[in-house]
Amino acid sequence: MTTSMVDAESLLSIDVGGINTRVALFDVVDGRYRYLGSGSAATTVYAPYFDIGEGIRAALDRLQMATGRVLVGNDERLIIPARDDGSGVDTLVATMSAGPPLNVVVLGLLEQVSLESARRLATTTYARVIETISLNDRRKPEQRIDTLLRLRPDLVLAAGGTDRGASQSVMKLLESIGLASYLLPEEQRPEVLFAGNQALLEDIDASLGKVVRVHYAPNLRPALDAEQLGAAQVRLSDIYRSVRSHKVSGVEELDAWAGGGLLPTAAAFGRVIRFLGEVYDSTKAVMGIDVGASATTIASVFNSELTLSVFPQYGLGQSVARLLEYTSLEAISRWMYQDVPADYLRDYLYQKSAYPASIPVTPEELDIEQALARQVMQMAIRRAASGYPAKSKRYGSSLLPWFEPIVASGSVLTRAPNLGQSMLMLLDGIQPTGVTTIVLDQSHITPALGAAAAINPVLAVQVLETGTLQNLGTVVSLIGKARFGSPVLRARMVYEDGNETPMEVKQGSIVVLPLPAGQSARLHLTPLQRFDVGMGGAGRGGGLRVVGGALGVVVDARGRPLRVPDDPARRRELIHRWRQTLGG
Amino acid sequence: MLAQVTHILPITSIRRERLLPVAGRVSVRKGQKVSATDVIAEVSLTPEHMLLDVARGLGLPAREADRNLHCQAGDQVAEGDVLAGPVGFTKRVIRASKNGRVIVAGEGQILLELEGPPLELKAGMPGSIADLVGDRGAIIETNGALIQGVWGNGHIDFGLMHVLAKSPEDELKADQLDVSLRGSVVMGGKCIDPQVLKLGAELPLRGLVLGSLDAPLMPYAAKVRYPVFSTDGIGQQPMNNAAFKLLSTNERREVAINAEMWDRFTGKRPEVIIPLPATGNIGLPRETVDFLPGQKVLVTRAPYAGQLGVLQVIRPGLSLLPNGIKAQAGEIQLENGDNVVVPLVNLEVLV
Repeated sequence: MTTSMVDAESLLSIDVGGINTRVALFDVVDGRYRYLGSGSAATTVYAPYFDIGEGIRAALDRLQMATGRVLVGNDERLIIPARDDGSGVDTLVATMSAGPPLNVVVLGLLEQVSLESARRLATTTYARVIETISLNDRRKPEQRIDTLLRLRPDLVLAAGGTDRGASQSVMKLLESIGLASYLLPEEQRPEVLFAGNQALLEDIDASLGKVVRVHYAPNLRPALDAEQLGAAQVRLSDIYRSVRSHKVSGVEELDAWAGGGLLPTAAAFGRVIRFLGEVYDSTKAVMGIDVGASATTIASVFNSELTLSVFPQYGLGQSVARLLEYTSLEAISRWMYQDVPADYLRDYLYQKSAYPASIPVTPEELDIEQALARQVMQMAIRRAASGYPAKSKRYGSSLLPWFEPIVASGSVLTRAPNLGQSMLMLLDGIQPTGVTTIVLDQSHITPALGAAAAINPVLAVQVLETGTLQNLGTVVSLIGKARFGSPVLRARMVYEDGNETPMEVKQGSIVVLPLPAGQSARLHLTPLQRFDVGMGGAGRGGGLRVVGGALGVVVDARGRPLRVPDDPARRRELIHRWRQTLGG
Repeated sequence: MLAQVTHILPITSIRRERLLPVAGRVSVRKGQKVSATDVIAEVSLTPEHMLLDVARGLGLPAREADRNLHCQAGDQVAEGDVLAGPVGFTKRVIRASKNGRVIVAGEGQILLELEGPPLELKAGMPGSIADLVGDRGAIIETNGALIQGVWGNGHIDFGLMHVLAKSPEDELKADQLDVSLRGSVVMGGKCIDPQVLKLGAELPLRGLVLGSLDAPLMPYAAKVRYPVFSTDGIGQQPMNNAAFKLLSTNERREVAINAEMWDRFTGKRPEVIIPLPATGNIGLPRETVDFLPGQKVLVTRAPYAGQLGVLQVIRPGLSLLPNGIKAQAGEIQLENGDNVVVPLVNLEVLV
């Protein structure tokens, strides 16, 4: 499709992140939408500014300098729509992840049913579950009220009761929410999202609705064996926007610029991953991973169904010191190729937490930062995978399903000194299976494309097609058991010009076959020792067409799950060797 | 480019807004002098509640139980007061088991708010009340030295400061604390021995000003009741020279420590204030600045963490760092004369 078929409109995206505010400009060039450039500045949601507008303005200044286009008028206002003289833009989309996660209380009847679904719903945005209330809760009602008053949640996610199922017990649980809210000053009352028994909506409106703002979504568990989160996720995004608008200056104005469509960055990221799944091949699973300062986000699409998991506790910004509540110093340092004392590593976490915008300068601190990225990816994927459909787990529950492609984003990945380091972080952190393409969003535009997809899908498709995302290469991941150093694969790559490169791959190694971006080749794989090379089962080989990327084709024969040696010296030597293989 | 700002100032005007999280009772008046630990406002923030099931207690349907209530929302009740009843042959009644206030009475239930200790908002610094902020708090002003830090354990106090650190690198040892320091604020270097915190509580001290606190000591520091404040964060790094010099030259002066946790979203930051007389009009320090050559800066990350310098040049474009990362950077002349390149995001401007 060319843009002559649609009304060509320029688009400005604004993403207010935990550390940086990024703006990007898209417009039609030679009949197709293209990414023209971006600008970024420090996010100013924090003291002393307390208003996101300052950071947006500074980022826009940089974008104006980079592109030469005037976006802000003499009256200091954004020029929308574009004028005949070429200044301004036609449309604007906005996303946001800055600010502390929403404090959420989840309420449901049964631990493994509605409560579990409500918890899962909470993980689809920047939220932290601070309390749960269920039928199993043995506290007295007044104790629950006191807890709610002490915690002062931003949001209560309430589920429970299948449609036309339990009602009295749900209303009883909601009673403490109503009483606690009544006791709070009006401006501190939580918003409530009810996604339970739909027969209760009128009763809830008549009781709870008098005290707090209640939002409704279809039942998360319409039946005991069915779960539907989709519609509730959309409502949750609306609530996120509403809470942010009340608490952060400048958000309301940004939302107005975006026509009321301000999205949580994670939701926009999820949308573009689902979009990729639909546009390219809906039979394949697609994954997106964003390692950010505010959170680590995993977006997984199976048969066009999006599973979105947002983990603020695994963010690499201000919350990074709290990572030790979820993991250990040893678990982080096992990813490092340098010998850094545990005390130094721990101090690093606290200093980074105190100065979240700061970046590593020494090789040791870069090694720590990249080890942290690997560890948070591992933890996030493990958590996200627990919600994957059983059918997707062709390699068993301990390994990742086969995703093609995998889209990665996040400053820790994009600021690596070379793309080989980005690739190795992703291989270690994600541990993909099968044959997959790994793509890096170096310009941080995936949230923008996700937000744009709703109003201008042609733009999203065309920008994705222009190669704005950096193709790191095709990865072949081998699965099987063999002694370290023993041959596990014979491969032969036949280039377009007829040249061939044969090779033997040994267990525990990474091998790189150069194949420039834009070129394709035929890769013939003959597994040894009954290894699975993604050709339909253990020991099965065959040929496939592969497309080149920045690093060509990468064969990862280190095994899945990846186990590094316990001996620190041996481990560090091995990790160093893998780094060297991918470019140092 | 917008710069992060830290205040380490020998003399400045200091103005702080101190607010309750919700409306409460403000107990100071405009112009009143306060000390750091004076309570300026209070509120019953998280009172305990008691839900009395009157209908069940009286053995009546809810509507009938409501007809036997003797209290209504807003009533103050004392322990033993009859709230409902008597009913039936046995003259069943519902009594208040504690002093409190009726919040809701009806539909067969009574919700009581029990009397409990209020949340007291302390002034956090000595000064005078410049203005009142409705029923939420006040704005306090003073003149003096201001040293902002990185970490605090949440407590507030004031006292005479004794400087035990001879250099920014010194470690504060337990055997340096003796009974002569009782009731004083102690300034040490780094602290890596939990015994120091324990002795500080036993004396007791009224505050501990450190360069850094070793991470394993954080749980101990959270438990002590006196303020623990660190200028340069968690770890074993020395105190930055600007803070060390300023604190050292104010030995035996009264200092106020507000060791609240650093919260970027609210703007709260741990700080030490040393009230000093000022002559002439000394303005408030600037809170927002852009990076400019000539500024005094503090490096926040390795390999020059904690070192002071002067920003010489902001380099155009991106500079290559020793680890291969490219970033916008500045050339800094450190206090020791070395010229180094540091990413701008790793700098704080001292103003």
